[in-house]
Amino acid sequence: MNALIAMGTWCVDGLSRLGKCAVFFLRTLACCVTPPLKFDRVIKQIWFIGWKSMPVICLTAVFTGMVLALQGHPTLRRVGSEAFLGPLIALSLIRELGPVLAALMVTGRAGSSITAQIGIMRINDQIDALELMGLNPFRYLVVPNLIAFVFAMPLLSAIFDVVAIFGGYLLGVRVLGLNSGAYFGEMNNYVVLHDIATGVYKSMCFGALIASVCCYKGFHSRYGAEGVSSATTRAVVDASVLVLVWDYLLTSLIS
Amino acid sequence: MIRIENLTKSFGEQEVLRGVSLQVNSGEFVALVGMSGSGKSLLLRHLVRLMRPDSGRVLVDGRDVGKMPRYELEALRSRVGYVFQSGALFDSINVFDNVAFPLREKTRLSETVIRQKVMEELDQVGLKDVEHKYPAELSGGMLKRVALARTLVRAPEIILFDEPTTGLDPIVVNSILNLFDSVHKRLKLTGILVSHEIPEIFGIVQKIAMLHEGVIAAVETPENIHHSQNPVIAQFVAGKPDGPIRYR
Repeated sequence: MNALIAMGTWCVDGLSRLGKCAVFFLRTLACCVTPPLKFDRVIKQIWFIGWKSMPVICLTAVFTGMVLALQGHPTLRRVGSEAFLGPLIALSLIRELGPVLAALMVTGRAGSSITAQIGIMRINDQIDALELMGLNPFRYLVVPNLIAFVFAMPLLSAIFDVVAIFGGYLLGVRVLGLNSGAYFGEMNNYVVLHDIATGVYKSMCFGALIASVCCYKGFHSRYGAEGVSSATTRAVVDASVLVLVWDYLLTSLIS
Repeated sequence: MIRIENLTKSFGEQEVLRGVSLQVNSGEFVALVGMSGSGKSLLLRHLVRLMRPDSGRVLVDGRDVGKMPRYELEALRSRVGYVFQSGALFDSINVFDNVAFPLREKTRLSETVIRQKVMEELDQVGLKDVEHKYPAELSGGMLKRVALARTLVRAPEIILFDEPTTGLDPIVVNSILNLFDSVHKRLKLTGILVSHEIPEIFGIVQKIAMLHEGVIAAVETPENIHHSQNPVIAQFVAGKPDGPIRYR
């Protein structure tokens, strides 16, 4: 009986948290479409989320491409289809790995930082101070992050794809001796606009998801250093898990 | 005029405010004193609807703060200055930008006028030379004075101070309290000062309200509080560990 009660409580708490997060997201959306928009803060956040994530995105992308080439090449060689290494790497990246891995890396780098920043503002009364100045904290803190994430994620994902394809080229062509023309030529034949569009949709959704979860966790951070630390950890874990779950749901829908 | 009527607030089983009633007339400066954890800051937060009561109400100029629509609440908040215990300065921008922040965000004043107003306020609080410093580079006393400058630059009609002198040395405490006194006399503000600084506050407020066990135990002039025979007030003013006030 106790186990049943505990399970029920857990479910109700989970649904309640999900509901609060959804209300938070809808409130942010409402602020996105009503003036005034803090344009300068949007630009600043695009710079912070997008530009400052470039090194980590490029680094992880090049190794991802190399690993894909390393794993794909022997398998394709067994069936005599090494020429398809290019399309294999490109399609894996553009449809799935690019958006997902870029989202996970950005969650760790920028998402965690945003949660900690908003969390510290919460515990130091800075958010209350904003409200008492007659400013809407959503408009000032959450909306710029949401817009910046939605804009920056497809760009970061595209950069991830390009760098990873280059990484695959370095290993497949320069190290494993595959023909350069075959690597890029077959890619042109197999990658279609729909694949690229799928990657862009996914990245935009992931951007909205990461921004909502990370800002929500920061906003509802508990007091003290431990509260902010816990909120940051939860934000990264929850956003990462949700990115993977959402990726599955989107892929099912698009397929 | 601020009027608090039978305000109650609980957190789970813990009843913090059990029916607080208090009136602060226009132009009056009232100190709110009481033991740590008695709910003074909590009460202050209810006045600007940073928290909502379980029951009771707060009236500002006859209007119920709890029932105000959003636009009216924002109008009220723009009339109220709130100096937080922590200062609540934005730590990613410097002192000048902190004080200029409400003017840049809420007014259409030119940058020249904003600069002039900010420097005037910083001069008033004796911090004209720290405009380029960041909050992390300031002492506790300086932080509180910058917070006061940021509040005053908006020209509020009502000002609420939440323990603005806690943790500061006696000289800084007196300088800040004198600053409040001069601001109050100059601008004729209605104010509530949450403080533990007894007897330093006696000279600057018209009334002292003591919050004890969730209710206002007394509202008296500083003179009457100083000579009160009420055992609770007498113990608190004298700072004696033994008496009717039990501390945790």
